Amino acid sequence: MASESTTAHPFEDAPNHVTPTVIHDPILTKTDFKRVGTRPLRPDGLDKVTGRARYGADFNMPGQLVGLVLRSPHAHAKIKKIDTSKAEKLAGVKAVITFADMPDHTGGDQSMYDILENCMARGVAKYDGHAVAAVAAVDAATARAALKLIKVDYEVLKHVTDVDEAVKPGAPLVNPKNITEGVEPKPTKPSNIAKRTEFGHGDVDAGFKEADVIVTRSFRTEQTHQGYIEPHACVASVSPDGTGELWVCTQGHFVYRNHCAMLLGMDVSKLRVTSSEIGGGFGGKTHVWAEPVALALSRKANRPVKLTMTRDEVFRASGPTSATSIDVKIGAKKDGTIVAADATLRFTCGPYYGMWAELGAMTAFACYDLKNVRTVGYEVLVNRPKTAAYRAPSAPMAAFAVESVMDELAHKIGMNEVDFRIKNAAKQGTRASYGPVYGPIGIGATLEAAKKHPHMKAPLGKNQGRGMACGFWFNFGGQTCTDINIGPDGSVTLTVGTVDVGGSRASLALCVAEELGVPYEQVKCLVADTGTLGHNDMTDGSRGTFSSSMAGIFAARNAVTVLRERAAKMWEIPVDDVKWEDGHAKAVGSKYGNLAPLSIKEIAAAAGNTGGPIAGHSEIVADGAGVSFATHIADVEVDPETGRSKIVRYTVIQDAGKAVHPTYVEGQYQGGAAQGIGWALNEEYIYGKDGRLQNPGFLDYRIPVCSDLPMIDTQILEIPNPNHPYGVRGVGETSIVPPLAAIANAMSNAFGVRMTHVPMSPPRVLKALEAAKNG
Amino acid sequence: MAVLVSTTINGDNVEFACEPNESLLDVLRNRLGLSGAKEGCGTGDCGACSVQVDGRVVCSCLVLGVEAEGREIETVEGLAHGTELHPLQTKFLEHAALQCGVCTPGFLMAAKALLEKNPDPTEEEIRFGLAGNLCRCTGYDKIVRAVQDAAKVMRG
Amino acid sequence: MQYEAPETTKAAVGLLAKAKGSAYVLAGGSDLLVRMKGGFVEPDLVVDIKRIKPMREIKKTASGFTIGAAVSCAEMNENKALIKAWPGVVEAAGLIGSKQVQSRCTVTGNLCNSSPAADSVPALVAAGAKAVIQGPRGKRKVAVEDIPVGPGRNSLKKGELIEAIELPARKGKSGDAYLRFIPRTEMDIAVVSAGVSLTLGDKGVIKDARVALGAVAPTVRLVKEAAKAIIGTKLDEAALEKLGKAASAACSPIDDKRGTIEFRTKVAAVLAKRAAQIAYKRAGGK
Repeated sequence: MASESTTAHPFEDAPNHVTPTVIHDPILTKTDFKRVGTRPLRPDGLDKVTGRARYGADFNMPGQLVGLVLRSPHAHAKIKKIDTSKAEKLAGVKAVITFADMPDHTGGDQSMYDILENCMARGVAKYDGHAVAAVAAVDAATARAALKLIKVDYEVLKHVTDVDEAVKPGAPLVNPKNITEGVEPKPTKPSNIAKRTEFGHGDVDAGFKEADVIVTRSFRTEQTHQGYIEPHACVASVSPDGTGELWVCTQGHFVYRNHCAMLLGMDVSKLRVTSSEIGGGFGGKTHVWAEPVALALSRKANRPVKLTMTRDEVFRASGPTSATSIDVKIGAKKDGTIVAADATLRFTCGPYYGMWAELGAMTAFACYDLKNVRTVGYEVLVNRPKTAAYRAPSAPMAAFAVESVMDELAHKIGMNEVDFRIKNAAKQGTRASYGPVYGPIGIGATLEAAKKHPHMKAPLGKNQGRGMACGFWFNFGGQTCTDINIGPDGSVTLTVGTVDVGGSRASLALCVAEELGVPYEQVKCLVADTGTLGHNDMTDGSRGTFSSSMAGIFAARNAVTVLRERAAKMWEIPVDDVKWEDGHAKAVGSKYGNLAPLSIKEIAAAAGNTGGPIAGHSEIVADGAGVSFATHIADVEVDPETGRSKIVRYTVIQDAGKAVHPTYVEGQYQGGAAQGIGWALNEEYIYGKDGRLQNPGFLDYRIPVCSDLPMIDTQILEIPNPNHPYGVRGVGETSIVPPLAAIANAMSNAFGVRMTHVPMSPPRVLKALEAAKNG
Repeated sequence: MAVLVSTTINGDNVEFACEPNESLLDVLRNRLGLSGAKEGCGTGDCGACSVQVDGRVVCSCLVLGVEAEGREIETVEGLAHGTELHPLQTKFLEHAALQCGVCTPGFLMAAKALLEKNPDPTEEEIRFGLAGNLCRCTGYDKIVRAVQDAAKVMRG
Repeated sequence: MQYEAPETTKAAVGLLAKAKGSAYVLAGGSDLLVRMKGGFVEPDLVVDIKRIKPMREIKKTASGFTIGAAVSCAEMNENKALIKAWPGVVEAAGLIGSKQVQSRCTVTGNLCNSSPAADSVPALVAAGAKAVIQGPRGKRKVAVEDIPVGPGRNSLKKGELIEAIELPARKGKSGDAYLRFIPRTEMDIAVVSAGVSLTLGDKGVIKDARVALGAVAPTVRLVKEAAKAIIGTKLDEAALEKLGKAASAACSPIDDKRGTIEFRTKVAAVLAKRAAQIAYKRAGGK
């Protein structure tokens, strides 16, 4: 079972997802819209402003127990023995589990093995917060008491948490069996480098020889967390007959189902997973953490188990992004033509293989049209929690390094930084640095818009600087399945399998209403549980609205075919003589002149006599997610005596393909920018010498608060994606990519100080300012 | 040992029994079925659990359930009057001031407290008044605009 | 855990004095409940003082202000007379946590919690505030700077609690100010902070001053050298320079997740200077 091919990792096959920007067979069919592009209220909004919406922790099952997890206090330790006997004897405790209660996937699918080992340590605790045991008890107090009674005998091992330390010879080995992949000949000695990847084309060394100016710099970025406000929560119920239910906040309940079933040896069809409303994910809820543990507890206790992470657990034991160390070298001619670009990227993965450096290597130079380009990525194992996706994963760090060097290079050759980028911007037909040839893309358009934007000409105050930067994200498509059911009253139910993380139910209903020609209010969009719809990939890679709208439009077209057939039956004319227009069946031509158009309502009312319920379905792999580009402009004020920065003005310009619901598109732009600003200025995981996380809470992991930010201006460009029927591109992620560099460039422009370490926290900025002052 | 507490919640007399060390948030969510207030952190750093106690906005995770004795508590569930939404609720919807929505109940309660004290706040006053409520989705732009617009409506 | 909400100070002292095991006073709860949630403390007894009426009051007397131990910082910020007399103290109190926390937190709690980074404490120390302590052996008053003895440890004895904080009456041309450095605009713990209180004599010359620094030592530090640097001056450039140097010299901070030794030492000077300038202006100095 374990060897069957279910995508183990949401980004495992990303390179396959992300290539098709070439137009194979354009399917763009509509550019004139009645409903798409309007801004109606979202269908789930009322429940969310009244407190009625049910999130992960808002659901309960009869007879439910409280689950809690015991976590390693050590960064790296051998688990010599776990004694659970006292905990088991405590009154009210219904189940205690350790790795011994979990299936052993040793020798099977390595990715499945890794996922389960991350959920429950097997023999070695690999980071501070790694789960080592769990209990289910009648209430929280009893469960807490039980955790204290579990005795774990640890042998503390040497640890490494720093990316640069981890790649040094002689560094403590996070996984003594790890042999670097992607290197020929295969190394014989283990190291902390899990994989090497390389992308690019041309001859980089020859290119640099043509350069008039070369800028080389090294950068570091610290680990950040998605910081969703809702901690992970689930309620699991497994019966002795092998069936189970899971209520969970997730970005992808179908993938959770597949993974949980495989990890625990259940039949996929017997585990029904319902996604709750989700209180933010940003990539962090694409991986299973507590869910297999809750299911295992429930299976052992034969009672439902609710498992909710605390904020401390979320920081210590869910999946933050990589810490990185990046070297960039770019060379250009005096006229501004880039002749070569090279980058080496080292990204932490936590204790398990990931493809984070690979994504960084793919995205680093994706904005530019380069003759000679090379990027090399190293996946680095460290004693930190397993890295997970975070909004355009790996792209912000790569862009920070590249876009900083781009600015420096522009200034060195005496060119305006926007003009320098325009000169080198990728365009239709450009071979991307990661391989494919681009179709119509928006990088040039966002740069031209930035150049013309009033923000660019606004006066700056004292101690203020302005910076800009570009960003790229692939966008994914993936497996998608939707149903449309026409009710007997003609109202429409759109059932999708992509979790709504920020208003997609409104956007999807708009697309289907557009296609059917009915009012938005007539379409109700639901997110189905895994028992009632075919498999859907996660809401990740900016694919939710892109892929489910595509499938929704196709399902609507299928429904229209049925509606036409039924109308033809009602009229007793050939179906070819029935067309669909403005939500009505109309007879074509003059020979049926007297036939009044039939509404969906009329056709639906007659369905019992014309062939039964009316529905439309679509099951697709949504190929052709259009790549997405953005240009950001940031004005930053720095207090030269304290190093404290404040963003005083911010503008996001991004290509949406087609903005289905422009308000929510703006929301994505603003939210991504705000996360990028937090990353740029203050957010970081801080580890002590003991390898323990020192700031696992919102007090000291400092995400931006309301008073930290200005209004965030947005400008939506629409360069249609030829591979979507309405031209839609994913819009969710790209906006987190440029802020790090835009802010660093603003600081550089204000003070002549090049910040190379993110976050640019006050102590780092003050130190840099003083160093510059002292020469 | 559990303690019996009499209090008023959203205008209704309520009695409940809770452990002395149980938070008001846990009481509301686990004992009274009022799950509008959310636990984002449990340490007073995110504001998702905001409710009003005797007219002041508090983090219900930093209040003991037993402290509610004789107090008047308002939660997001009491914000609308029947089917008539509070202007803040209407404006949050209209301005799309929520994406995931998990912080929304806390923001609404904090914004209500802010506008009760200061019916015509500046943008800066709104931003500092809501600084105890974390939102990770919106970048706060649309939240601030919704509060500005609601304030305008409430001033009449 | 036993929870009690007595209505008199005497009853509260009695409960605390009799308590077996760990006993805690609950005012705003914004420290205690966080520590309970994290499992750092498991009280056997919690004495809620919010139902003790005198502890809920701010009283203005001839000798100054008495701020009851259960008065919330929000209530302090609504008291116009207090704001007028001690704007720096009120500002400092108003910086603790969010609006939600303000509704509950108290300066007495802030003091007893004994964090070197407590926002209200440098301002109270600069103001020359006194803590009124009630205990099994009666009442005593001590300078607020003598309450914290180390991070998380205070000098209160078993059965004792602080009933109120007393601020002296403001005479003549006086002003105070408090500034803290945090990376964000709100919601952070002070990385370094400074409170300054001063009184002007003739022609705007500073005749009396107190300067206190937070988060630069195990407890909030009253820096006499810093006060000396500005007494007898009109806060000119040279005096400010001297003040900054004295402030930095008084720092013996640590490197931690919130800041570095180097950063705290430098910024202590910046904040002391800026706070002194605000206080000077408030006192009517030009």
